[in-house]
Amino acid sequence: MRVAVAVFPGSNCEHDVVRALGTLGAEPELVWHRETDLEGFDGVVLPGGFAHGDALRTGAIAALSPIMEPVRRMAESGKPVLGICNGFQILCEAGMLPGALIANRDLAFICRFVEVEVVDTGTVLTAAAEPGQMLRIPLNSYEGNWVDPARTGRVVVRYADDPNGSQDRAAAVANEAGNVVGIMPHPERASDPLLGSDDGLVLLEGFVRSLRASVPA
Amino acid sequence: MTTMETPVYAQLGMTEEEYRSVISILGREPRPAELAMYSVMWSEHCSYKSSRAHLRRFPTEAPWVVVGPGENAGVVDIGDGWLAAIRIESHNHPSFVEPYQGAATGVGGILRDVFTMGARPVALWNQIRFGPLDQPRNRYLFNGVVGGIAGYGNAVGVPTLGGEIEFDDCYSGNPLVNVMCLGILRKEQLVLGTAGEPGNVAVLLGAATGRDGIGGASVLASASFDEEAATKRPSVQVGDPFEEKKLIEACLELYERDLVAGIQDLGAAGLSCATSEPAGRAGLGMDVDLDRVHLRETGMTAPEILMSESQERMLAFVRPDNVDEVLEVAERWEIDASVIGTVRADDRLVVSHDGELVADVPAASLADDAPLYHRPVERPGWLDDLWSRPFQPGEVPVIDTLLDLLRQPGVGSAAWAYEQYDHMLFLGTVVGPGHDGSLLRVAGTGKGLAVSTDGNGRLCLLDPRRGSARLVWEAALNVAVTGARPLATVDNLNLGNPEKPEVMWQLVEVVEGISGACEALGIPVVGGNVSLYNETDGADINPTPVVGVLGLADPMPALPPRLDRAEPGMEIWLIGPEPTDNFAGSHLERLHGPAGGRPTAADPEVGLAVIDEAVRLAHVAPVLHDVSDGGLAVTIAEICIASGVGATIELEGTAELFGEDPHRFVAVVTPGWDPPALGRRIGVMGGDSLRIGDESVSVAALAEAWRGAIPEAMRS
Amino acid sequence: MKVRVTIDRRSEIADPEGHTVMRALHDLGFEDVQEVRMNRVIDLEIAGDDPGEVRRRVVEMCEKLLANPVLEDFEVEILG
Repeated sequence: MRVAVAVFPGSNCEHDVVRALGTLGAEPELVWHRETDLEGFDGVVLPGGFAHGDALRTGAIAALSPIMEPVRRMAESGKPVLGICNGFQILCEAGMLPGALIANRDLAFICRFVEVEVVDTGTVLTAAAEPGQMLRIPLNSYEGNWVDPARTGRVVVRYADDPNGSQDRAAAVANEAGNVVGIMPHPERASDPLLGSDDGLVLLEGFVRSLRASVPA
Repeated sequence: MTTMETPVYAQLGMTEEEYRSVISILGREPRPAELAMYSVMWSEHCSYKSSRAHLRRFPTEAPWVVVGPGENAGVVDIGDGWLAAIRIESHNHPSFVEPYQGAATGVGGILRDVFTMGARPVALWNQIRFGPLDQPRNRYLFNGVVGGIAGYGNAVGVPTLGGEIEFDDCYSGNPLVNVMCLGILRKEQLVLGTAGEPGNVAVLLGAATGRDGIGGASVLASASFDEEAATKRPSVQVGDPFEEKKLIEACLELYERDLVAGIQDLGAAGLSCATSEPAGRAGLGMDVDLDRVHLRETGMTAPEILMSESQERMLAFVRPDNVDEVLEVAERWEIDASVIGTVRADDRLVVSHDGELVADVPAASLADDAPLYHRPVERPGWLDDLWSRPFQPGEVPVIDTLLDLLRQPGVGSAAWAYEQYDHMLFLGTVVGPGHDGSLLRVAGTGKGLAVSTDGNGRLCLLDPRRGSARLVWEAALNVAVTGARPLATVDNLNLGNPEKPEVMWQLVEVVEGISGACEALGIPVVGGNVSLYNETDGADINPTPVVGVLGLADPMPALPPRLDRAEPGMEIWLIGPEPTDNFAGSHLERLHGPAGGRPTAADPEVGLAVIDEAVRLAHVAPVLHDVSDGGLAVTIAEICIASGVGATIELEGTAELFGEDPHRFVAVVTPGWDPPALGRRIGVMGGDSLRIGDESVSVAALAEAWRGAIPEAMRS
Repeated sequence: MKVRVTIDRRSEIADPEGHTVMRALHDLGFEDVQEVRMNRVIDLEIAGDDPGEVRRRVVEMCEKLLANPVLEDFEVEILG
């Protein structure tokens, strides 16, 4: 199962995502943001970072990158699309997920472990998790406060406490079909007990399982 | 204020004598661009003219040193074909003028120093010092500096693993912002700041050159602060972490493809330094065409282009047949690149602008012929008076004192700052901020790199030699409690005005203290920085050397000690010598008033034995924690808070509980272990309170005091 | 009175964000863009009817808080 990990100028979690997915048996490959063809990939991850230095609005410039056309086509064909942190922001700016991410309530960057609860297991990210499962995963963002005035978003993972003001305490949100998911905390950073937690693996395993399901027969 | 009568050289911060040496080197009056170049290169910040003679004292050699002081960063061999590059720098004055941008550009600069060597920067630390937070100006500076470190470090994509924060009146008019960076690289990727050979092409990579930072090195970093500070504001630089991120990735690709013969970052003194130093190191010269430098502003003069300290720029030296490939790499990473010069076979640095010759000087003279001062040195008379007035606390109420200490912003939790820093990127942070030292795993080797930085201005005021030696010992013990053996040191000497003999004495003593400790430990000094003129309106800061010790854990413990691994029933042991009744420079002393007395000296024999024991125990003990700021009571409280478990301590006496004598650490272990030679059992973990003698306090109350230290002070 | 404060980075100070946005516009085919500056506009409503006095107050606010004198210039416009 080949999975594209998109690299925008300013992305910085791409190698971490490759490493974590690689240990789970996926075949991740870095793909530069100017690529217009993702033929042969079974899914895509938009990793965390500061694409285009967060200029204008986080994710705004990246959402117009050439690679977003094939990403959109993959999403429409039902393949798994995952945005982590900045990737979540890009998916919202691109209109592929509902809502938008604004500055944290306390106007400070937050980097620490948070407790989250899986509330919807019907998505490509949460397919391997149990309903109600509690996970300890690092949050690392300034614009992590999700707002969805139209209330059309499907919240799939929720913060146990409210660290940043996010609507419905949403930590991860999916599209209606459940194949496009954005998550603000970083599951790849909770992939080894030596680093403080391996609770993120159940999410990444769910994503890899979904990739496998989307491999053409 | 400058007047019509002030000669140009003086406006640029040069003395008449220095100006005469320029004339004697050139055999004529310098042209304006030449004078500009000499003025920045011969500034204190770039030339170390007041400190250089004394820095030769540092031990710099060891079999594992690959690059010692003098290059952009020190480099040591860590085995398996890997090298580690490390560097520390100060950005004190820029951070006072504009705290956010000052700190941000400090981070940008230290990163460039490290990736200039061919290394990928993998971690940052910062050592920051401010006046007390009850003054609004100090809160503004602290907030701005932390914001700048976070804003730049997070966006550039290099984790910041904390560092240390100290508050003292002496920093009110002159905050200290030191930043340190660690990089790792494969042996074959090492690059030096050399122009290589004649015919090599100089390619300027990165941001466009503007007027920002004009004269930063000479004006801001090499002069004292006074009421004119406001007029120096136009030279503030603005950092762009996004540009730097692209520059890092582009440069790493250039190294990987072996496309550069040498490379130099543009920091202090800008193009003046980046052209002359690599040419001088190669014993060569260079033709430079300023018309080809990509500019951000119009109408810049040659001196302005040569002195500009615009950030995020690198100068690569490239064989002619590789130039096209270098430009392609730059284009793909979306950074600008200009071919601005060619390396000459002779030793002349020849610069043209608008088609005219603006400079023709011996390249090496800008660095090598810089003035060297042997300034007068005199032990301050007031020191004996300080030594004669030691602080003698007698018996103190244990829990109240402990809570008071935990509420001090310099003792309590630093999470307010480090939770604003991405400290987890790259999946390497095994022991992160909030611990004695940081521990990073080196992927694929089973090894870990440990780093600790320590400074203590108050201790060094009371005895700069003993104080600075103790910093080295403390940092060494801090890396040892992660399971690492000390490997190398870097230092950042923050001092006052070197034109005062007492400040020069402090410098000499600090160098001696660091050198002696490093020799006893058998580790070299591989790099450093000196920041002088840290004074405001005539008042010097406390002498504040900051040392960073790099250690290698080989192998890395399977489960390295962390503060949160204590469990009920585990035994608490104290390893190290019995404390003396000396509180000079301690936090208990800070709580009660002015500094006095002479600090306890480090004991190399005991220090080495304790470090050996710590490295051994790191493989078996769930928790090891150094006894330092606030003494043993604070050490135990921090373990209780992190683990959420109480403890009972069978010790009493102010010296035992609150003394900060060196070479001591606490081990929390499962019962029935092999007791260490230097240790004694002092208590047991359990319950939800900390009991010391017949007093006790809930862990929740300890945590509240400790966590609230900085947030409460910031709300005041 | 309604007052509009425009705060811009002084022309000699770099504006990295503006530069990034300009590059993005070029990428989208707006190659005629020669400079982008990311300025800020703050609208205030101030009690009082003496435009001179209101302006003086707002200038003081800019100097003390709204603008960063190290990096930015500001302009005060009385909208009425």
